[in-house]
Amino acid sequence: MAAPTMDRTSSSAASPVQTLTISKALNNGLRASMEANPKVIVMGEDVGKLGGVFRITDGLQKDFGEQRVLDTPLAESGIIGTAVGLAIRGYRPVCEIQFDGFIFPGFDQIVSQVAKLHYRTQGKIKLPIVIRVPFGGGIGAVEHHSESPESYFAHCAGLKVVSCSNPADAYWMIQQAIDCDDPVLFFEPKRRYYEKGEVDTTVAPGPLFASRVLRQGTDVTVAAYGPMVRTSLDAATAAAEDGTSLEVIDLRTLSPLDLDPVFESVRRTGRLVVVSEAPSESSIASEIATRVQQECFYSLEAPVLRVTGFDTPYPPSKLEEEYLPDLDRVLHAVDRSLAW
Amino acid sequence: MSSPEQWTHPEPDAAPAATAAKPTAEQVIAGLRATDEGGADLVQLLTPEGERVQHPDFDIDITAEELRGLYRDMVLIRRVDREANALQRKGQLGIWVPLLGQEAAQIGAGRAMREDDMAFPSYREHGIAWTKGVHPTELLGIFRGTDQGTWDPVARKFHPYTIVIGNQVLNATGYAMGQKFDGKVGDDNGEATMVFFGDGATSQGDVHEGFVWAAVYDAPLVFFCQNNQWAISEPTERQSRLPLYQRARGYGFPGIRVDGNDVLATLAVTRWALEECRHGNGPILIEAFTYRMDAHTTSDDPSRYRLSDELELWKLKDPIERVKVYLVKQQWADQAFFAEIEAEADTLAEELREFCVNMPDPPAERIFSHVYAEGNPVLEAQRDEFLDYVSGFAGGEH
Repeated sequence: MAAPTMDRTSSSAASPVQTLTISKALNNGLRASMEANPKVIVMGEDVGKLGGVFRITDGLQKDFGEQRVLDTPLAESGIIGTAVGLAIRGYRPVCEIQFDGFIFPGFDQIVSQVAKLHYRTQGKIKLPIVIRVPFGGGIGAVEHHSESPESYFAHCAGLKVVSCSNPADAYWMIQQAIDCDDPVLFFEPKRRYYEKGEVDTTVAPGPLFASRVLRQGTDVTVAAYGPMVRTSLDAATAAAEDGTSLEVIDLRTLSPLDLDPVFESVRRTGRLVVVSEAPSESSIASEIATRVQQECFYSLEAPVLRVTGFDTPYPPSKLEEEYLPDLDRVLHAVDRSLAW
Repeated sequence: MSSPEQWTHPEPDAAPAATAAKPTAEQVIAGLRATDEGGADLVQLLTPEGERVQHPDFDIDITAEELRGLYRDMVLIRRVDREANALQRKGQLGIWVPLLGQEAAQIGAGRAMREDDMAFPSYREHGIAWTKGVHPTELLGIFRGTDQGTWDPVARKFHPYTIVIGNQVLNATGYAMGQKFDGKVGDDNGEATMVFFGDGATSQGDVHEGFVWAAVYDAPLVFFCQNNQWAISEPTERQSRLPLYQRARGYGFPGIRVDGNDVLATLAVTRWALEECRHGNGPILIEAFTYRMDAHTTSDDPSRYRLSDELELWKLKDPIERVKVYLVKQQWADQAFFAEIEAEADTLAEELREFCVNMPDPPAERIFSHVYAEGNPVLEAQRDEFLDYVSGFAGGEH
C-alpha cells in the first residue's frame, strides 16, 4: 500500500512539521484523504454541522458539502449497513461511531457483512470501509462511554483493527486506513485527544500494520496500544529513576498483530508486561501472552503479565481511577516480573 | 402514472379487518392461521381464473410474445426449484430453499428491472437470479457447500444471497444512496435498486432503519416484500398488526399491495415503482401478497404448524395456471408452445442434475483464500502450517 500523496492544504505546505493535538491531527488527516480522493465520504451522527461530539470532523461538511459529510439518522446498524452499499458502489466511507459503547447496534452488520463479503465473493466485492471508534475511559463519563471493545473485532476474521496513540500516527494512520482495501476498525484514544505532539506531514512514520519500539530498554518489555502507550512511557520514565530499564512497544495494529518486534525484544529482556484498558479475559493481551510463550518459550524469565481493566462491566466513573491501569499498576507488574 | 389512491388518500379510521394480515373469523373456525384474502387494496390484473381485470391506477400493455416469455420464465424456474428440491432429497445438496408458489412475484419483479438496476436478494430469490442472467447452476454451490455464490455481484447487478434476515435491506439502501450521489437519478435514464425480503424480515431493525434512511435520503429504492404468509412456522400476524404495505405511510412513502401470484400486476406495479425511483420519487414499498407452497427449507416440516387445507386454497391461486388459461383463451399459445416449454424445462433440469453431481469439492486452501484484500501475515502463517500438516499425509490425503 502506497502512502497518500502529498497534495495537502496550504497550511501544511507552509510548515511540514506542526505541533498538533491528536484530535486536530485526525481532522487534518481526514481532510487530506478527502482532498486526495473524491470517493472518500464521512458519515455518522453529528459529524456534519457540529463536527462530531469530539470535533474530529470539524469544518469538513462546510468544505466538502453534505453529500460527502453525512449527518446520518441516529442508527448505528444503518451507518454500517449503508456504508456497505456505498462501498460496493465505489465509495470509501469513513464511519464515525460516536462512542465505543454505541457500536453494538452495528455489530451484526460489521460481523455478518463488512467482515465476510470479501470472503463470500472470493474478492469480487471489496469493502474499503473505516469505522472510527473513540474508545477507552478516563473522562468521567456515564455508562457506555468508556469501553474498550477492540477484542470483539480482533476476534473476527475479515476485519483489521488498529489504534493510534499520538498525533503523528493519528494523522498518518487514518489516511493509511482509508487507503486500505480491507475494512479497518480504527480505535482512537479519546482521553488523549487533546495531547499534543509533532506531526511531520511530509513523511509517514511507517506502514499501517506495524508495531513500533518507542523507547528502548533492557530489563522488561512493556507492550501497549492506544491510551495505555502514554501510561507505559510514563512508567518507563519513572522506572528509569529507580534504575530499571523498560522497553516500550506501541502495538499500533491489533489485527493482524505485528509481534516480531515484541518477540525480538522479549528474547533480549526475558520479561513482558502487556498493558490494556480492556478486560483481560480472551483479550488482545491474552493473545499476545499466548503467542509470546510459543515464540519465546526458552527466553522467558517470568510469565507474561497482563495489566488490564477488570473482568467487570465498566464501573461508575468515580471508580475508574481504580479500574484503569495506571503508572503504579504497570510498575507493580514490572516489579513482579523482575522478582519472579 | 400518479400515486395510487390507497396512499395519497389514506383512511386511517377504516376498519382494517378486510385487509389485515389476520385470518377472517371463518378461516379461524376452519383452523387456518394465514389468510388468503389480499383485501380491497390488492392490485390484480389477472384473476386466478385467468380473467383480465382493470385497476384504476395500474394497467399494462402486454403483447402475446411478452406474456409467453413470462410464462416460460415461471415454468422454467419452477422446474429448477423442483429439481433442486429433489437433488437435496437425493443427498446431492445439503439444503434447498424452495420458491414454489412465488414464481409470479419474482418473475414479475425481476422482469420489471432494467439491466442497470441493482438487485439485493435474500436467499429464496432464484427467480430474480434468473431474470438477472445468473444461471441456476450458479446457485447450487451455496446449497451443496462448495462455495458461497460465485457470480460477480457488481458486473451482474445481483448481490450475493444474504442469509442474515434483513441485512441486505441496509446494504441496498446504501447502494441506492450511491446511485443518487453519482447523479444517476432524475430522468428516464436513471438507475434504481430493488431489495427483496420477506414478511418475517419486516420485524428486523435493519428493515426499519432501511425505511428511515431511504426516506430521508430520497433513495431510488424499491422495497419488495414477498409476504408468503409464513416465516418458517410463524404467520404474518406474529410480525404485524397492520397489513405490511401500510407501514410505508409511517415512513412517508407509498406502499402498494399487489397480488404476488399475478405476474401481470406484479410487473405493472414494479415497473411503475422503479420508474418513480429512477425519476427521483423513491423509495417505494411493494408488498407482494403470495404464499410459500412448500416448506421454509428442505429441513422444515410445515405439517407441524399449518393445515393442508390452507395449501389447497392457495393451489386455486396458482401463478402459472392463470397465465396458461389466459394465453389459451386469447389464442396466444397453442399446445405445441406448451409442449416446447415443457421440453425446455426437462433439458434445463437435466443440465442442473448433471452439473450438480459433477461439482468438485473445493481444495483445502479455499478455507484461507480471500479473507482479506491486502493479505494478513498471521493468517498466512496459519494457512501454511495447516497445508504443511495436510501434505504430511500419504498422497496429500487425510
